[in-house]
Amino acid sequence: MSGTAERPGSDSLAVASRQPDAEPWHGPTIRYDLVKEFLVAVVAMAVVAVALSAILSSPDARPLTIRQWAQADPSDFVATAVTELNGTSPTATYGPPYNQWASGEGQKLGPLGIERWAGVHVPVDTSVDFVLAPLGVAAQSDPALAAALRQYASATAGRQQAWATAYGNGLAHAGFGDGGVTLPPGRYGPVAPMMTGLLDMARTGSLDADLLASPQFYGTDYTKPLLFLADGSFMANQAQAQHLTGTQWGMMNETGNYPGQAWLWLYTMWYQVKPFTTTGNADALVWATMMLLTLGLLLVPFIPGVRSIPRLVPVYRLIWRDHYRRLAAASAGTVVPPAAQQPQRA
Amino acid sequence: MSDITDTTVRPAPDPLADGTPAPGDERMWTARLRGAAVRALPPGKLLPDRQPSYVASWVYVFGVLTLGAFTVICLSGVVLILKGPSWWHESSVGLFFNSIHLWSVELFFFFMVLHLWGKFFMASWRGNRALTWMTGVIAFLTSVGTAFTGYLSQQNFDSQWIGTQAKDGLNSVGVGSFFNVLNFGQMLLWHVLLLPLGVAVLVGLHLLLVRRRGVVRPLPAPGRARHRGVGLQVSSAAPVAEEPAPDGADR
Amino acid sequence: MLSTLVDLSRPGHYLHWGFIQISVANAVVIGLMIVTFVVAVVVPFRAGGRDR
Repeated sequence: MSGTAERPGSDSLAVASRQPDAEPWHGPTIRYDLVKEFLVAVVAMAVVAVALSAILSSPDARPLTIRQWAQADPSDFVATAVTELNGTSPTATYGPPYNQWASGEGQKLGPLGIERWAGVHVPVDTSVDFVLAPLGVAAQSDPALAAALRQYASATAGRQQAWATAYGNGLAHAGFGDGGVTLPPGRYGPVAPMMTGLLDMARTGSLDADLLASPQFYGTDYTKPLLFLADGSFMANQAQAQHLTGTQWGMMNETGNYPGQAWLWLYTMWYQVKPFTTTGNADALVWATMMLLTLGLLLVPFIPGVRSIPRLVPVYRLIWRDHYRRLAAASAGTVVPPAAQQPQRA
Repeated sequence: MSDITDTTVRPAPDPLADGTPAPGDERMWTARLRGAAVRALPPGKLLPDRQPSYVASWVYVFGVLTLGAFTVICLSGVVLILKGPSWWHESSVGLFFNSIHLWSVELFFFFMVLHLWGKFFMASWRGNRALTWMTGVIAFLTSVGTAFTGYLSQQNFDSQWIGTQAKDGLNSVGVGSFFNVLNFGQMLLWHVLLLPLGVAVLVGLHLLLVRRRGVVRPLPAPGRARHRGVGLQVSSAAPVAEEPAPDGADR
Repeated sequence: MLSTLVDLSRPGHYLHWGFIQISVANAVVIGLMIVTFVVAVVVPFRAGGRDR
């Protein structure tokens, strides 16, 4: 019991309890060892964390590579690569921060085109970065590929588009074997050997290495290979299998059976409901909604109604039930405290 | 002649022992800062031995459990820093420390949210304590950001997916131009230094505010009015309480 | 892979209820949170027992 460690204050329990909340407490106090409590808490948390680690470990799903992608789903890889070349892929048409839009303005909040304001600070030119530059490296030891690249570079933009579009259409009926891509007859120009060359690079892993390579030897920025991977279906299919996609409340989830980020429940919830599911501005709208709600949480002490909920929901009566019992006992026929300590009506 | 026969050993006088500035030094910035700090939080208030008698519920331990979990996060994080970001993929000991780091993060958020629930239902912002509530909320948000950059720094499938998805939300509001979630180097540095520092500073402020104001009083006893509403209360010199009837009957 | 007592890296189990979809793991965590909060509110606290 706390009885032996309790000391009376200069005010009685009843008097101290009636004072305004901002007043320091001069009523009864109990011994409370903060330092010991903290150390016990650290040890307790360490013990629980170590126990959970020993029993459950932690997830480490291996990262995907372009090589895996090209080997597991060469059709999807090549289909994606052709859209990178002709500038129709999600990354190529993304807009800021990767590139400028050919048309349109990206996500907006009402009239505010915030996405556009920030500008292009992470420049990515998909046809060069994902296709032409890596092929240029491979072409140094492949004269046929070098010739194809020269033919492509010297053609008009319209002709380049025509080849790429025809190639994309031809892929629907293509076969994939060790020899590369087998297409139905069509006018693909140099795009066919270029895509075969890129697929070869991807399958051997040299495309991973090339996209990761940085001009100054050391790199820690994985923007390019990740954007390329994300443009295809391979990564999204893996994510879907692990319940990580937006419409699967994926933001909260972790691979396997591990707990994820339950604290993100409200952020991801909006992606499951209208109007967020049906608008192209979903990301901006969700951010705006969450900013508003976060502001609300921050300003709870000032929001009428919300700040009164604790008084209306009687959880506090349970938390402080001992205190209220003692108060009731104290005010039932005990000595009235000295007049100087009595609260006076203003 | 008492000074000849007086053999008492006295300690040398230390005029600064209680922090009082020497005459003439009072306007120094150092003296003024120290004075303000000591006035705001004298030692007995900074680390008190006693708490009001109503601080007697298990709900009150969620805050310190959150702090305990944060300590374990930092300690396990330091081990991971010592061995570098690829260690836990290559070594079972490394994986074990990564697990400790992950589970202590789960415990951290677990108890932080319980602490938030408790403080909400106790309306702990009363009595000039709004700033305590607000530093807590900002610490929560900063912690979410810290965890987010942590997940991005894992260098596995999870971080690939989280990065390629999260970029859309951040880009939609222009943040992605400056905060590139696909840039591992940037994310790792934010995670191990900038954001934990932010959390530590906010938690420190939060704790100092709790010590400064003290633990908030219980809400008025059920059935007995004390003040109108439980909103932010302006500190008043005289209590504006209803005087209870002498026989303790409710009004 | 490190062998652990319980292998959580198998495909996850998910609960579905209307538009809500939640992993068993997350549901367990949230359930534990609610239980812990209720227990903390209800169980008596004796400060004296922690004094030495």
